[in-house]
Amino acid sequence: MQCDVCQSKEATVFLTQIVDGKMQKVNLCEACSKDKGVNDPTGFALADLLLGLGDSQEIEKTPASNKCPVCGFTQADFKKTGRLGCSNCYSVFAEGILPMLKNMHKGTRHTGKAPVAQAKQRERSEKMKTLQDSLDKAIAEEEFELAADLRDRIRKVEAEPAQ
Amino acid sequence: MKFSRITTNTGEWLSGDGPNRQIVVSSRVRLARNLRNKPFPGWAKKAERLEVMASVKEAVCGLPEMEESFAENLEALSPLEKQVLVERHLISREHAAKGIGSAVVMNSPQSLSVMINEEDHLRMQAICCGLQLEKVHKMIDRVDTELEEKLEIAFDEKLGYLTACPSNVGTGMRASAMLHLPGLVMSDQINKIINSVNKIGLAVRGLHGEGTEAMGNLFQVSNQTTLGETESEIIGRLNRVIEQIIDHEQNARALLAQRKAITLHDQIGRAYGLLSHAYSISSKEALNLLSIIKLGIDLAVFPDAHRFPVDELFIETQPAHLQKGAQLQKMSSEERDSLRADLIRVKLSQVPQPDISRLTISTPEQPEKT
Repeated sequence: MQCDVCQSKEATVFLTQIVDGKMQKVNLCEACSKDKGVNDPTGFALADLLLGLGDSQEIEKTPASNKCPVCGFTQADFKKTGRLGCSNCYSVFAEGILPMLKNMHKGTRHTGKAPVAQAKQRERSEKMKTLQDSLDKAIAEEEFELAADLRDRIRKVEAEPAQ
Repeated sequence: MKFSRITTNTGEWLSGDGPNRQIVVSSRVRLARNLRNKPFPGWAKKAERLEVMASVKEAVCGLPEMEESFAENLEALSPLEKQVLVERHLISREHAAKGIGSAVVMNSPQSLSVMINEEDHLRMQAICCGLQLEKVHKMIDRVDTELEEKLEIAFDEKLGYLTACPSNVGTGMRASAMLHLPGLVMSDQINKIINSVNKIGLAVRGLHGEGTEAMGNLFQVSNQTTLGETESEIIGRLNRVIEQIIDHEQNARALLAQRKAITLHDQIGRAYGLLSHAYSISSKEALNLLSIIKLGIDLAVFPDAHRFPVDELFIETQPAHLQKGAQLQKMSSEERDSLRADLIRVKLSQVPQPDISRLTISTPEQPEKT
């Protein structure tokens, strides 16, 4: 078996990490394992190593011609640095980045803090949706008094300044 | 505020008190944030970096937390001054390597610091002593909330906060604790612990973060993943693991005192002897021996009153701090080693000889079943 890093020497060090039942494997030759600090557990984390290896290749899932219109970043730039060009790159290279995030993290959806303005907007669109659903239902059930009330409430939410 | 004020005052995290202070030296939470649609620092051109720096610096300096603060552009700091900040964990080694277009802002107790244009536009951290990750998270979270009113932060509803490296995306949060684990090192259990911690998706690193050597029996434990969990879930997971490591460390100390008492006494005695009589000592040797003295204080072999001076030596004997105290011109490593030994001898002359008969082990709490 070949070493995953140098792709030339025979692999003699085999590493396995299991996180939440997801198994990740790396095979290394003697020289590369020393180089990556596998013998010194303090300086070594498998996830760091994985990031430098197969994961960054996932970016190839996006067309090579993709270029970020905001900052001019390309797929080749990512392969060189392992970093993105700007926040907009996340949507330009989404097809490549999502599988990468799946390997790297516990999930693929953010569940933590959101900026207040965004959180308010999220809350507002959810509120609108509930009202609209109730309105549709009220109309279908010919509850016109209720429908009129709901319509007024929707108008009120719409009239609130965004933010 | 002048830079000299930073160097003459030790940070709050060193001098303060906190839960599990004996084993957990400090707790730290760092958040990575970026401005929407502005190239990340590693990809931005100089003019773009300067523009981002100006707007971010203004926003940060205007925070109520930063009323009395130290703010400086990195090119205005000497290599020695940067190194002092690294040794205090106020900026990263990567940030210290930056020049024009990067800056740092910190409050006067040195509990909050903001790196501008490190790998991300903003890397802000809160640090304090002992195990109190929730508290430091609250501190930095407030700064973050205040900043988002002034800056347009890159955020995606699905992916959360967007960062230069995909490994930080989501919460953008890295929570870490610095642990002092001489018992686990002396009983050869440390590698086992590190390996198992690594296996559950947390990282253990040396004194100054990624890729650094473990010195002075100090280890940093931090979360590896940032997406798919809330901030409090991540901190909760980290807390549970750290509490277990603390139990293991206490058990290891108790076991050493019971079964290898002579070795333990010998190590403490030798550390005291070497440090009180050395005329030249490297920073690595000094840290490793100071760690044993610190263990001696935990075990009541030395009076507790000497805890702070010894803790202070951990920082004061670092290369840049030594030189800062002495003079401005660069010293050779021989000069530093001798100066370091002088400093330690003077401080240790205040500490009485180890009294092994006083050795007491704090009974470890029963480890919780998980």
